[in-house]
Amino acid sequence: MGMKLTGFAIVAVIACALPYMVELYQVEVLIILMFNLILAQSYRLVNTTGDWSLSHIVTMGVGAYSSALITKMLGWPFWLSLPLSGCVAGAIGFMIVFPLLRTIGFGFFIGSFALGEFVRLIWVKFHYPFGGPRGLINIPPASIGPFDISDMIVYYFFCLGIAVLSIWIMYRIDRSHIGDTFKAIHTDPTLCETVGIRVPRYRAMAFVIGAFFAGIAGALMAHHQGAIDPHSFEATLMVYLIIFVVVGGVETFWGPILGVIVMTVVFELSRPLEEWRPLIAGAILIFFLVVMPGGLEILVPKAMAILRKVSAIDRLLPKAPV
Amino acid sequence: MVLLETKELSKYFGGLRALRDLSIEVEAGEIRGVIGPNGAGKTTLFNVISGVYKPSSGSVYFKNERVSAMSPSEIAARGAVRTFQRDAVIHDFSVLRNVAVARHLHTGQTLLKTLFGNIGRLQRQDEEKAEEILEFVGLYDLRHELAANLAHGFQRVLGIAIALATEPVLLMLDEPVAGMNPTETAHMTGVIDKLHKERGMTIMLVEHDMKTVMGICEKITVIDFGEKLAEGPPKEIKNDAKVVEAYLGAEDFVAQR
Repeated sequence: MGMKLTGFAIVAVIACALPYMVELYQVEVLIILMFNLILAQSYRLVNTTGDWSLSHIVTMGVGAYSSALITKMLGWPFWLSLPLSGCVAGAIGFMIVFPLLRTIGFGFFIGSFALGEFVRLIWVKFHYPFGGPRGLINIPPASIGPFDISDMIVYYFFCLGIAVLSIWIMYRIDRSHIGDTFKAIHTDPTLCETVGIRVPRYRAMAFVIGAFFAGIAGALMAHHQGAIDPHSFEATLMVYLIIFVVVGGVETFWGPILGVIVMTVVFELSRPLEEWRPLIAGAILIFFLVVMPGGLEILVPKAMAILRKVSAIDRLLPKAPV
Repeated sequence: MVLLETKELSKYFGGLRALRDLSIEVEAGEIRGVIGPNGAGKTTLFNVISGVYKPSSGSVYFKNERVSAMSPSEIAARGAVRTFQRDAVIHDFSVLRNVAVARHLHTGQTLLKTLFGNIGRLQRQDEEKAEEILEFVGLYDLRHELAANLAHGFQRVLGIAIALATEPVLLMLDEPVAGMNPTETAHMTGVIDKLHKERGMTIMLVEHDMKTVMGICEKITVIDFGEKLAEGPPKEIKNDAKVVEAYLGAEDFVAQR
């Protein structure tokens, strides 16, 4: 317990100090890191039932478009549009997953891609209200009441707060009976049905909750960028999301977070080679699939064991004479 | 009172006839054995009753309600729960967690309570109940073990504990002692016997192992090629010429005794 608390305290201090320690353009990277944390964690939530979705980026886009339209056209405040756009993304998520509940595995994978593209093409085709291929511009910056929170550092802390809150809620779900139900469905759906679990309902629930949080991430992104277009939610971006969770692993709750942080650092360090990024990402993906299919998370218990051994040796050694 | 009734139940797989006009009645509190040669349709019968397969014709009534159009989860919610021939457990969960997750129908953990309630307390409630069940089936000492690490016999017992977690009215056991050594078989028959005698549970049992069936069942239904061949108490079945000829085979029969 003490070790856990210390760990959290260290992470909290780092998260708060980080924006002051890096250059201003890197604060931008940190803000995107927050979107990606919510996105990857919600993707894992969908994945706990065993479903690999290819429409998660699109549900994020639904959140982005919703919040942009709600604030632009209805003139509603940002603090209201943020949760609302999560709900819209959840509703669209339900429409995407409903016909897919009859499919599993590869069928679900491809089906979710097709339905996601369907939603995305609606944005491309309809100039009103979605702006067509050019998307939406002049999305109002984020503000709460009279306070403008669009300043980089302020917005970073706002996104950090939303990310922590979202991850905490998803953690509660993961640890609850519902989270266990999701995982049990992954292992043996037939057995789950015979003990009275309505498998399709729970698969849909995981998908909709995941879509809700993806929508929140999308809304945060829309108001940060000020402009969005259908290209920002293409399937190629889905590949990056999959890389995050493959690098981190999906077995444990903290895997995707680890993956997002590590990949963000890797991309940041390889900034001079920016045009090579897809190649680097592909190489990393293949490396992990072949050499370390469990992701980085499998290293954590090993590292902990070594740490413990080292501290145990410390205690065993005779105290040096003063 | 008739708890379960199948009326002229038929199931075809393409041209293959797995069940034909099968009518069975199971009384509440009864322990019924269903036997028959390999491929006689015993497991298909369970799959149709539990809703895994839809019958080609005929229907299944449970507590006087037609359940043959329902999904397995709906039938389970009404109290008819089956186990599997295979090791149907969640391998990467602990024994306790396996039973706790199977408390699904009776858990207090709704989505709202998960988000805003005290999930620790609700989780403990489920676990206490699960511990009670594990105590009953004799797996309490192994409750923190990973299900995958259990021996085959214990995994099958865990399968029954998972079914019991739903608080069934009718328990359908699909070859509960298949592939078990004598010690494991004794443990399993003990559990089944206790369920019937102490809890008064209605049990339906598909089995190959003749000694087990003859030993614990009050009434036996013999099916062959999806049709009912004979029905009655074990003694009658043992001496039924048709059964001896079609299923047991004269020599086998002597050896079994």
